[in-house]
Amino acid sequence: MGRVFWAVFRRDLAIAGRQRGVLVHQLLFFVLVVALFPLGTNTDQAVLLAVAPAVLWMGVLLSVLLSLNGLFQTDHEDGTLAQYLLSSEPLAVIALAKMIAHWLASGALFVVAGPVLMLMLGVPLDVLPVMMLTLGLGTPTLVFIGAIAAALTLRLPRAGLLLGLLVFPLYVPVLIFGSGVIRGAIVGLPYAGAVYVMAALCVLAITLGPWAIAAALRIGFDA
Amino acid sequence: MHVRLGHDEKTVVSLTMDKGVKQRFHRLGSSPYFYDASARWAIWLAVPAVICIAYAVIAGLVYVPPDYQQGDVFRILYIHVPSAWLSLFGYTAMAVAGVVALVWRLKLAEIFIAAAAPVGASFTFLALVTGAIWGEPTWGTYWVWDARLTSELILLFLYLGVIALHRSIASPRAAGRACALLSIVGVINVPIIHYSVVWWTTLHQGATLGLTGGSNMDADMLWPLLAGALGFTCLFGWLTLWGMRVQLLWRERRSRWVMKRIAHG
Repeated sequence: MGRVFWAVFRRDLAIAGRQRGVLVHQLLFFVLVVALFPLGTNTDQAVLLAVAPAVLWMGVLLSVLLSLNGLFQTDHEDGTLAQYLLSSEPLAVIALAKMIAHWLASGALFVVAGPVLMLMLGVPLDVLPVMMLTLGLGTPTLVFIGAIAAALTLRLPRAGLLLGLLVFPLYVPVLIFGSGVIRGAIVGLPYAGAVYVMAALCVLAITLGPWAIAAALRIGFDA
Repeated sequence: MHVRLGHDEKTVVSLTMDKGVKQRFHRLGSSPYFYDASARWAIWLAVPAVICIAYAVIAGLVYVPPDYQQGDVFRILYIHVPSAWLSLFGYTAMAVAGVVALVWRLKLAEIFIAAAAPVGASFTFLALVTGAIWGEPTWGTYWVWDARLTSELILLFLYLGVIALHRSIASPRAAGRACALLSIVGVINVPIIHYSVVWWTTLHQGATLGLTGGSNMDADMLWPLLAGALGFTCLFGWLTLWGMRVQLLWRERRSRWVMKRIAHG
């Protein structure tokens, strides 16, 4: 079980490392969404500061959504997924390895890119560590929940729109707590409770998620 | 082939003991039996639905005195509250059916989800619309980003997600199982979404009806409301049952029992 975990984990990381273009595109997309936002309003610092947390998290949500499309696609096309499904190893462990590798390759980008963008929107420097913490706790949750929907829509043509419809309602808590913590930190309200809730959601998604992803993969493969 | 018979004596004894129950359960799984029987059951949902809703509407509009603060506006609650109750009840029922569908692979549970989703979504929509109509004279605006309104809106999106997923997958079996899993994932999220939205903001008037502790409502106002809730629940069951019958006919449209029933009208 451990061997299968490491094998899948290393394989997916290696693939991600060799397709750096995809990661760069995702990062660029995220930067563009956030950077274009001020162009739609004005340069008033107070306005930008008020919407900065929401803009950041909407950028994250959209980027994660786009990355979900390809989550199982190549594995499905080259037959790897069929082998995973046939394998006697638990599918949930394989799913867990895949998700962690995917998060390390793509989700971690947000944690790194977020602070730079937030400085551009005028968020004070001392808020940034908390903001990175929420990104670190929130993005795995998004990936694990989103993967369930991605697995269900695996073989559907034009699944992208449907995927958004399925996952965005489930992303509401992460959006609320993620931007709420940053807003609280900016205006100096206590935010520790919300950080703990985000950590709890993260743990919940990582522990229950793989089982749901495994079940969804079996269903999606039949669809 | 109802029950696979075992050879040892013990199995035979236990089989004869609960044979009746088991037979009923297995008969329920047979599509023609369910189709014919559900037509008879429908009347037991339709009659209470019509009576209770009629009583709730007439009593709510005519006999109940106007509220000392809100005047006549509050009368919309006889539609609003039962709709809101069913929006939650419907999704929970879908998730329970989802567990049944995934664990016991019962076809009827899958069909229940497919049939209940549009009905539940309609009630959620009704709750939102009546809430907006009530909000305009009371709060001065049709939409407020308050906790319960917002979670109701997200719930509507969850319903629409299930419906969209069901429509997108061509194979009925796979569509049913996919929706079953999505409903379970959704129902785990419903309380989390609700409490996150409550944390986000609270402006709504507190809940008036509670199971524990007394309700802050006069009995004259309360009885039509409870009747409305019961009537709407029966209506939900009735509509879902008919939806299931339609789903069943469509799914098995090429089988002999459907052909026979359609030929006979």
